[in-house]
Amino acid sequence: MAKKMHIKLTVNGQEEEFLAEPRELLIHTLRERLNITGPHIGCETSHCGACTVTVNGKSVKSCTMFVAQADGADVTTIEGLGSPDNLHVLQRAFKENHGLQCGFCTPGMITRASKLLEENPNPTEEEVRFGMAGNLCRCTGYQNIVKSILAAAAELNSAKEAAE
Amino acid sequence: MIPGAFEYHRPKDMEGVLAVLQEHGDDARVIAGGHSLIPMMKLRMADIPHLIDLQDVQGLNSITVGDTITIGAMVTQHHIIENHALASAAPIMREASLQIADPQVRYMGTVGGNVANGDPGNDMPGLMQCLDATFTLVGPDGEREVAARDFYEAAYMTDREDEEVLTQVRFDKPQGGFAYEKQKRKIGDYATAAAAVQIVKDGDTCASASIAMTNLSDTPIYSEDAGAALAGTTVDDTAIEAAVAAMLGDIDPTEDNRGPIEFKRHAAAVILRRAIARAWSRA
Repeated sequence: MAKKMHIKLTVNGQEEEFLAEPRELLIHTLRERLNITGPHIGCETSHCGACTVTVNGKSVKSCTMFVAQADGADVTTIEGLGSPDNLHVLQRAFKENHGLQCGFCTPGMITRASKLLEENPNPTEEEVRFGMAGNLCRCTGYQNIVKSILAAAAELNSAKEAAE
Repeated sequence: MIPGAFEYHRPKDMEGVLAVLQEHGDDARVIAGGHSLIPMMKLRMADIPHLIDLQDVQGLNSITVGDTITIGAMVTQHHIIENHALASAAPIMREASLQIADPQVRYMGTVGGNVANGDPGNDMPGLMQCLDATFTLVGPDGEREVAARDFYEAAYMTDREDEEVLTQVRFDKPQGGFAYEKQKRKIGDYATAAAAVQIVKDGDTCASASIAMTNLSDTPIYSEDAGAALAGTTVDDTAIEAAVAAMLGDIDPTEDNRGPIEFKRHAAAVILRRAIARAWSRA
């Protein structure tokens, strides 16, 4: 058996330290070790995007990263974006625009969309579709997901204008 | 899907990487973005007792743009897409990168991984052959350089030795019109057929053309004859069909879940016609 490694991670602002085999996948660390179950395991083959989290400012499929690679990293999951009492603007937009049906893909969708809007605060519909191409949804046909993200972008932009 | 156990190394410099490679030889592999290697490890099709992560090694992350362009092995497709100087000097790099995988994968996927992996489905090898790039390899005996057009031997077999690391790619600033055209079943897929084309125009005629194809043989295919078929012509239909015929003589596709051989040859021809037309219109 391989040696365990001493791993340090910051997850949603909280520092975590533990011993793990380097082959442990980040999605398993989050879900099974840290009980952060927002990121989902969908395909396990880096296609579906349900496990998407933000690692050091990058949208990453956490089924395709060893915890050893993430040692020292800053990780944000859907739990770090909003809470039931204080929804993130994207979470509210998905709720209001019917951007989900079964909800399985939603944490990955929203986590990815948060990074997309950070990099491109005013995307066109086409840019949203291209920027969300790493996340699959088998229910909605994507129409309302795109609508939700565009609604969130508009809300964030008008809030920014109001502040200026 | 849990991969086999391995020991993880994260050296701070290339000396450290080479030391682990020399100690463990074929039992060690370097990992960059890992988006080709980790899926293979999870499927247990790759068993890597010693994994060497390059993320802390300095000097592999830079893009320099001048008459010569160099791109470090750890530069990601995301970096390529975002780099304005590179996009203006070698726009085919951005056009191709946008057609690789999906956003999440492009944050992790690197130039070095894409060119050194040796998977015929990877897009960068054909692109590097089109651009006549040179790869730098570092090993225990120092540095050496290999032309992209000489690097690929068979699927997953390259000129790189087990104890060597590919550290950068380098090519002259490309001239003329360009196109990277890729047919795929869905976004994120490997190519059914892809073509990288650069064309230099002199007045109304084609001065020179460089053409390479992806995923149509067990290596990328640089088709010298296809490029030669366009040179000296006005890139009319006759010249394009001659180039397509030359390309079809160089590729050797196999049947798989992307289709039978006849379909792949058809797709290759369609894609090359489109790529030539687009590159010519930009020349």
